[in-house]
Amino acid sequence: MTNKLLKGALGFAAVSAVALAGGIAHAKDTITIAVPSFLTGGAAGPFGIPAMNGAKMVTDAINAGKLPAPYNTKGFGGATASVIPLDEGGGATKQVAEYRNLVEKRNVDAIVGYISSGNCQALAPVAEELKQFTIFATCGTPRIFEEAARKYVFRTMGHATADNVAAAMYVKEKFPDMKGYTGINQNYAWGQDSWRDFDLTLQQIMPNTKASDKTQFPKIFAGQYGSEISAMSLDKADLIHTSFWGGDLEAFIFQGNARGLFKKKIGVFTVGGTAAYRLGKKLPNGLVLGARGPYGILVKDRPSALNQWFINTYKDIYGIYPSGPAYQYGQAILAAKIAYDKAGSDASNEQLANALRGITFESFSTTVEMTLGGGHQAATENGYGITEYDSENGENVVKDVKFYPASCVLPPEGQNSVDWIKGGMKGAKC
Amino acid sequence: MFNDRTAKFLLLAALVICVGGAFAPNWIVNQFMFGFSRALAILGLMVLWRTGLVSFGHAFYFGLGAYAVAILDSKLGVSDVFLRLLAGAVVAGVAGFLIGFIMRNYRDIFFAMLNTAISMVLFGIVVKTESLGSTDGFAISASTIFGLAPETKYPLFVIITLVGLTAALAVNFYLKTTFGKLTTAIRDNEIRVEYLGFSVAHAIHLKYTISTILAGGAGALMAMSLGQVDPESMINWTVSGELVFVTILSGPGNVIAPFIGSLVFEVLRTYAFELAPQAWQLIMGATFLTIIFFLPGGIWSLIEKLGGKKNEK
Repeated sequence: MTNKLLKGALGFAAVSAVALAGGIAHAKDTITIAVPSFLTGGAAGPFGIPAMNGAKMVTDAINAGKLPAPYNTKGFGGATASVIPLDEGGGATKQVAEYRNLVEKRNVDAIVGYISSGNCQALAPVAEELKQFTIFATCGTPRIFEEAARKYVFRTMGHATADNVAAAMYVKEKFPDMKGYTGINQNYAWGQDSWRDFDLTLQQIMPNTKASDKTQFPKIFAGQYGSEISAMSLDKADLIHTSFWGGDLEAFIFQGNARGLFKKKIGVFTVGGTAAYRLGKKLPNGLVLGARGPYGILVKDRPSALNQWFINTYKDIYGIYPSGPAYQYGQAILAAKIAYDKAGSDASNEQLANALRGITFESFSTTVEMTLGGGHQAATENGYGITEYDSENGENVVKDVKFYPASCVLPPEGQNSVDWIKGGMKGAKC
Repeated sequence: MFNDRTAKFLLLAALVICVGGAFAPNWIVNQFMFGFSRALAILGLMVLWRTGLVSFGHAFYFGLGAYAVAILDSKLGVSDVFLRLLAGAVVAGVAGFLIGFIMRNYRDIFFAMLNTAISMVLFGIVVKTESLGSTDGFAISASTIFGLAPETKYPLFVIITLVGLTAALAVNFYLKTTFGKLTTAIRDNEIRVEYLGFSVAHAIHLKYTISTILAGGAGALMAMSLGQVDPESMINWTVSGELVFVTILSGPGNVIAPFIGSLVFEVLRTYAFELAPQAWQLIMGATFLTIIFFLPGGIWSLIEKLGGKKNEK
């Protein structure tokens, strides 16, 4: 009995000792940035890995002082950053547990990343509770900053409303004769929100068109869309909206293309950008392609030094052009550098948040204005283009690219997205 | 004799852990909370396993418990820790009692898969229903204790430890009663049990209901310690698999085993995640195989072996 008790006590002491050893404070000339992204599962290949690559590439360049001006100073407020990669898979609840570990066990200085809206939605209150400076890189749901005021949480790209409002505007401009539209979206918050925003916007700006009563909502990560494709082929609607992303997106493109779906209908892909470089010739011509903002293939021709540095360095290291997630993670890391440069490498979470709140900065492909959500949510332009295979160079390009300014596709500060669209998008400056 | 030792050990261990928790860093307190919350469900699965039944669908009850807390919180604003726990256990228990009428007629793979089927129905409903949070789930507000809002996690940690202690003692006691002793008897020979004058169906129904109450309580405690529920982490079949994993890791030898096994699982996963962010599942899988090959009785059999050698000296 006593032996067992002793063993138990020893075990507890051992665990505590490991904990204390893990908690040694960092020196000020180095900082640690945790970068969560999908590293396992279907979303890893098209989304998570490019995102992680973008974050690492930009961090390395900042550490070495190799970014183009005005970001050519070395380090984050002078400190060298090390990236801690983290898997984002397994559901929001698991991510909450891991987030706590990051802050309380591994004592990271900043957390920059997250792709899934569900994860961001779950983590925002936890970040506030732990008072941890956190930058969301890619996740889309507008609710994060519309439901509550945040103090320590930021998002450095536009939210999902912009993607779908811009898509609707692009459709109105390029396909004014469109009569009816349908959609295929994953049956979870992201898909439901995306469809709602697209549908509501079209009701406002193209009141003579009609939504199909047979919109498709397959299960997320279903991978097989045979029956949905059949149903949509028979549908009278001449346009299909989808917010599919990652592996689902590529599966849907392959299966739909094999059945000639995109020859009969206009396909609008709000997150299609990630497939542009990966699928090559298998990507059908004539798709309306978005990249959740001015990223990836849509901005390949932008000549700024920052953008050309980003594209060329990425191509050199990884052998492929950077897609949206790489840009978005790179942009979030850049925002972290700006905050550290302003507040100093030994700044507190509060000082870092103050440094980033409400600023405007030039990112790789666009200007980012932290004007929404009390200065915590970025506003950027959003654009679309139409895919075409360039057989001379053997790669996909986009033509008819059109960008809409942030003030045109995002609600003004303080307004809820759904209400703003329903109210006729008052105050939009296009 | 042995069972008395178990009870004494449990009481002392709970005391040591509660006192130690006051001085431990936050993340260790978290690991204990997650580990002990899950251990309740493992305790229930252990009772079933001793009867020769393995359920691959107990995430159904785990999820019901967790979502009972989430719905109480988001729709009614109930934050009391005991009310939440009670709601989770009762909702899961009632569902388990009703479903038990079907389950008690099945054995082996049919029992396992029927449970999976039912859990996936709930998963499908929750994922597709926006008012149930869809895939995003719910954030859960901090729990209060008799109207007081504690500033740290420590009070919740103590409550979880004490709930775990109570459940372990109760199951320990139950296994000593005649009905409890029928567990292994049913596994060995159902017909003989019937000839002894006991209803196998009733016995299994009772054990099933006990396991569902425990799984519901576990889900409720887990929801409160994490502050978040979502279907992927609470109801999906992978969660059922995880529960079975931890049951096998722990071993069926003693009511203490689920607590040790669950804690080991939590720490193992944390470090696997930290050391190999791209291949952490591989580490978990390798551990699982190692346990099955070398320790078929789980971690508890290792403790028994070590303890046995000591006694011989």
